[in-house]
Amino acid sequence: MSQTLFEKVWASHVVVPETADTPTVLYIDLHLIHEVTSPQAFTVLRERGLTVRRVDRTLATMDHSTPTTPVRKLADIDVVGPSAAAQIRQMQKNCAEFGIPLRGFDSDERGIVHIIGPELGATQPGKTIVCGDSHTSTHGAFGALAFGIGTTEVGHVLATQCLLQRRPKTMAVEVSGALPEGVTAKDLILAIIGQTGVDGGTGHVIEYRGDAVRALDMAGRMTVCNMSIEAGARAGMMAPDDTTFEYLAGRKLAPQGTEFEAAVSRWRGLVTDAGATFDKTVHIDASTLSPMVTFGTNPGMVVGIDAPLPAAPGDGSWDRALEYMQLEAGKPIAGTPVDVVFVGSCTNARLPDLEATARVLEGRRVAEGVRMLVVPGSQAVKAEAEARGLHRIFEAAGAEWRESGCSMCLGMNGDTVAAGKLAVSTSNRNFEGRQGVGARTVLASPATAAASAVAGRIADARQLAH
Amino acid sequence: MEPITVFSSRTVLLPRADIDTDQIIPARFLTTTSREGLGNALFADWRYDSDGESNAEFVLNQPESAGAEVLVAGRNFGCGSSREHAPWALADYGFRAVISTEIADIFRSNSLKNGLLPIVVSAAFHEQLLSVPCGVEVNLETRTVRVTDGPHAEASEAFEIDDFSRYCLMRGTDQLGFLLDRVPAISAFETQRSDPTPQ
Ligand code: SF4
Repeated sequence: MSQTLFEKVWASHVVVPETADTPTVLYIDLHLIHEVTSPQAFTVLRERGLTVRRVDRTLATMDHSTPTTPVRKLADIDVVGPSAAAQIRQMQKNCAEFGIPLRGFDSDERGIVHIIGPELGATQPGKTIVCGDSHTSTHGAFGALAFGIGTTEVGHVLATQCLLQRRPKTMAVEVSGALPEGVTAKDLILAIIGQTGVDGGTGHVIEYRGDAVRALDMAGRMTVCNMSIEAGARAGMMAPDDTTFEYLAGRKLAPQGTEFEAAVSRWRGLVTDAGATFDKTVHIDASTLSPMVTFGTNPGMVVGIDAPLPAAPGDGSWDRALEYMQLEAGKPIAGTPVDVVFVGSCTNARLPDLEATARVLEGRRVAEGVRMLVVPGSQAVKAEAEARGLHRIFEAAGAEWRESGCSMCLGMNGDTVAAGKLAVSTSNRNFEGRQGVGARTVLASPATAAASAVAGRIADARQLAH
Repeated sequence: MEPITVFSSRTVLLPRADIDTDQIIPARFLTTTSREGLGNALFADWRYDSDGESNAEFVLNQPESAGAEVLVAGRNFGCGSSREHAPWALADYGFRAVISTEIADIFRSNSLKNGLLPIVVSAAFHEQLLSVPCGVEVNLETRTVRVTDGPHAEASEAFEIDDFSRYCLMRGTDQLGFLLDRVPAISAFETQRSDPTPQ
């Protein structure tokens, strides 16, 4: 029978099938944990006298509440405040006590959980991957079934390596055509969310398909899958292909040598069969897109950077968002003054994102009065960027270059945007207060963010003089 | 976790659509290592003004909202992050059910594990519920919500919930025990397949 990619991965992980009365017991290949959503799960293990079933399938790091200023000794983490510092220390204690290797402050492999999984080669096609974080959807770029879970479920996976799940529905996002010059993966996913709305994918697993998707590099594919949750979908997937296999070859935790060859031939079968059907399909033509930015307080409120804001729907539903953003319907968003620019997060903090940022900043300066932060997604990305001298370009332009972490993506680690200030951010959420109480967030690609930093206003990178 | 079978309560109305988890509980409250006491942080940026004073205009701060256990919210409630702190905060505050026309997946799944009943209703019934705060009876046994007073008294609607989640909520039990009982099947599954482990 013809199956979708999702159906193949799901079927190969069913331990106990679902019945009318009970959900599926689904096996989890890789469990990523971090300091914010795991402490209460470890408490449950302690209360019940349970151990971690598969420490070898558990990958632990610290990213959310960690400082992005250098940590040279443990006391340096206190800059994030007493409760975040206590949370970081608790993570170290939990991992030590339960025997889980932790990629902590002393590790060159530390970073944002969704950046290091792929970077280490732990993320692989056909795997089931979960994490107490909704952007776990990122790993679907490799043809894995990857989704975010709550802390109770983190406890379930720690104790049993399984989850209780009802099978979600499937949704195809067919992207035809080619992205025009200067339009990136971030612009594509923002356009998709603009089309589906923030709840268009609720209850579904998305498969991104079509020429424009095939043409993306792994970084771009991860950017797209990362924001599946912003369309309401718990997971987004892409069939693995040569681009995927080339990325994985030689990575530390990927299969090596002949085992890798054998894995690749298995992985080649992870495609949606001809004739398989989806519960829902949406189409988008990549060739019509411009660089996209958000203008409201959810990621579905999206507009082309070269277009005026759409007219508000008559029901007043935009009033509050536009008032919060201090923007006006019908007026262009380009030219709006900018206070802060953030390049980082699990959406856009891989090496190609930093290279795109550097291409815009090279030989230019961040505008007077604008604060720009460039935060690499992992310590490995940081090292690679420095080896290529990118940090010098950022610093010469007047941007701050930091240690890896979630940073300004969410206001809980000391990096925040002040009330009323407007931030152009390469992260994934523009909710009220996400980057700090009262902060106004405009989501954009690294190129748009960098161009806006230089102009001091929201700007189209394609129009910067060469 | 307190079992849920049948209970009656006044409703609190938050008609805004797309209320995300950053509104339910802002990230700066997530640095806790416990799940207790998060009710104080519920809707913090709406409930308190910038000096930390209670905002009298916000619905939860109005006297008639005191003690309400049912929140009726706009479409797509709970979108955003996977933070279980969101249902923890709602439950700790005293809510036992959230009603909307659509509830985000992860929030829904987290709520079911914390004695907070996510109820999806039709747009027409939702409109009635959002018109004015009222008394409702939530019956998990019969899977129905019924309005008990006000202009729409006796309006009612059935809602869907899978049998397993309902069973767990009605007994106030968690799902870990069920999984632990499946360990022999899990072990068998692990031995019959061989694939590379992550590290
Ligand atoms: S970078 Fe942002 S979205 Fe990604 S894991 Fe960190 S906090 Fe979550």
